Amino acid sequence: MNAIKFLYAAYIVTWLIHALYLGSLVRRYKSLQKQLKELGK
Amino acid sequence: MKRAFPILAVFTAVLLAYALYQALVVAPTDAQQGDVYRIIYYHVPSAWTAFLLFFINFIASVQYLADGKPTSKQAAKWIAVAVGVVGAVAAFVIPLPAGIRPSAIATTFLAIPVFYFFLGKYFPGEKLDVLAVTTAEVGVVFCTIVLVTGPIWARPVWGIWWAPGDIRLTSTLVLWLIYVSYLILRRFSDSAQTQKLAAALAVFGALDVPLVYFSIWFFRTQHPQPVIGGGGSMDPKMLDVLMISWTAFLFFAFLVCWSRYRLEILRREVEQAHAMQSLSGAGSNVAVSSPALTSRGSQ
Amino acid sequence: MNFRSVTLATLAKDIRLEWRSKDALNSMLFFSLLVVVIFSFSFDPLAEESRHIAGGLIWVAILFAAVVALNQTWARELRNQVLDAYRVSPAPANALFLAKAIGNFIFVSVLEALMTPLFIVFYNLRALGPAWQLIPIALLGTWALVVNGTFFAAMSIRTRSREIMLPLLLFPVSIPAVIGMVAGTTAILTGDDPAHFWIILLLTYDVVFTTACLALFETVLQAE
Repeated sequence: MNAIKFLYAAYIVTWLIHALYLGSLVRRYKSLQKQLKELGK
Repeated sequence: MKRAFPILAVFTAVLLAYALYQALVVAPTDAQQGDVYRIIYYHVPSAWTAFLLFFINFIASVQYLADGKPTSKQAAKWIAVAVGVVGAVAAFVIPLPAGIRPSAIATTFLAIPVFYFFLGKYFPGEKLDVLAVTTAEVGVVFCTIVLVTGPIWARPVWGIWWAPGDIRLTSTLVLWLIYVSYLILRRFSDSAQTQKLAAALAVFGALDVPLVYFSIWFFRTQHPQPVIGGGGSMDPKMLDVLMISWTAFLFFAFLVCWSRYRLEILRREVEQAHAMQSLSGAGSNVAVSSPALTSRGSQ
Repeated sequence: MNFRSVTLATLAKDIRLEWRSKDALNSMLFFSLLVVVIFSFSFDPLAEESRHIAGGLIWVAILFAAVVALNQTWARELRNQVLDAYRVSPAPANALFLAKAIGNFIFVSVLEALMTPLFIVFYNLRALGPAWQLIPIALLGTWALVVNGTFFAAMSIRTRSREIMLPLLLFPVSIPAVIGMVAGTTAILTGDDPAHFWIILLLTYDVVFTTACLALFETVLQAE
């Protein structure tokens, strides 16, 4: 049924957006950790 | 405290999986929309979560502004209580537009002083601003999901992606725009008072939202539009699943906020360390002390 | 330093300065004219529905012209470090804000006075409803744009990309006012519906946000 594709699309897009955001948090965290280490030197 | 995070994360993952099972398998199929309606179990909880986060941002912003001076700090506490009481009473006394329940309005107003005192106690001083930026950013993420899943749901069911008169989706869009502009202001502002400016913007946004709602509501009465979100009561079984889904997403939102909060604390530490280093010259060992009191607060 | 005298003095100074160097005024007037002409090429004025869309077109054109004007609001003060002087003076911050807002209001009203006849000419507009109601809509709507615009212009002073920051902040918050202006104007032009609700909405919007701007301007002025 064509309509079901929209259901799956909605669920997948939701988790895609969450994954992208969490990924950005991890990336920023790592970058800050690196900066902190360099400052500590 | 640190050990709680992984445990909570596992618990949340299980809860989300359970909610998914409930949404896709257990919830009954809708008579009119078939199975596509199940988008609601992601769309609506995301909306409620986003609104809750923006609400917290608003309370935190007001308190952050009010705490600047001792006179306004005291006054704000009394105003918060007054607003809560008057609003709750007014919700039952003043006639409201159709579709809005007095109990919902009353609860929202009563939540104002409750949240005000709770946040004031557990997030003193600069921590209020850290909370503000956290809830704004995570709120935008959830709000984006609402605005993306909304049209995805509308298209197969009502044949259109968007209806300007759809009061809920359009109000949500404006809320999203306001908070995106809030985040951009934080990012681009070079003032020492960025945090206060952003808090002022949050207040403007909060004042704006009811006006947006009423303007679209009246526009609808003059120009009848298709009702996308659907109104009316829900099958109790569907409502149960909706609540389960919301609970799961609330836990998830809590974890994301916790992470963003810690990230912001770390960012301010690093910024302070940078500042200390340029003040005392390179090569000196500067101990990075407690987080908090920087004068620049963007990102 | 009484509030009213400070406001009037600042306002008079701005008007005098603006009048002496008519550069900004002339280029703004020409810009407004260009906007109207471009719109008349883009949206067919002969179409039957032009009365339905003219309200929207006029206000969008005014909105963009107003933003260009508002971006100039604090430019002169910045160039001459006037804001620092103001911060340390005993003059109430609100007086400065009100003077700027009123000055902008006058300026944008002049632009509207130019653009509206042009729209009427290009689109052959004739109000089917009570045309006098367009006056409160125009006054309230213009104030709505200008009061928030002046406030956000001050907020944008210390940001990178200052010129784009103003519309970025202004547009989302202005949406209910824009709906009110457009729907109200359209209601009067087409004569289909009463415009009362929109006038009340605009009035409410103006009261709420004028209060908010006055209450919070001190914070913005202190931003350094």
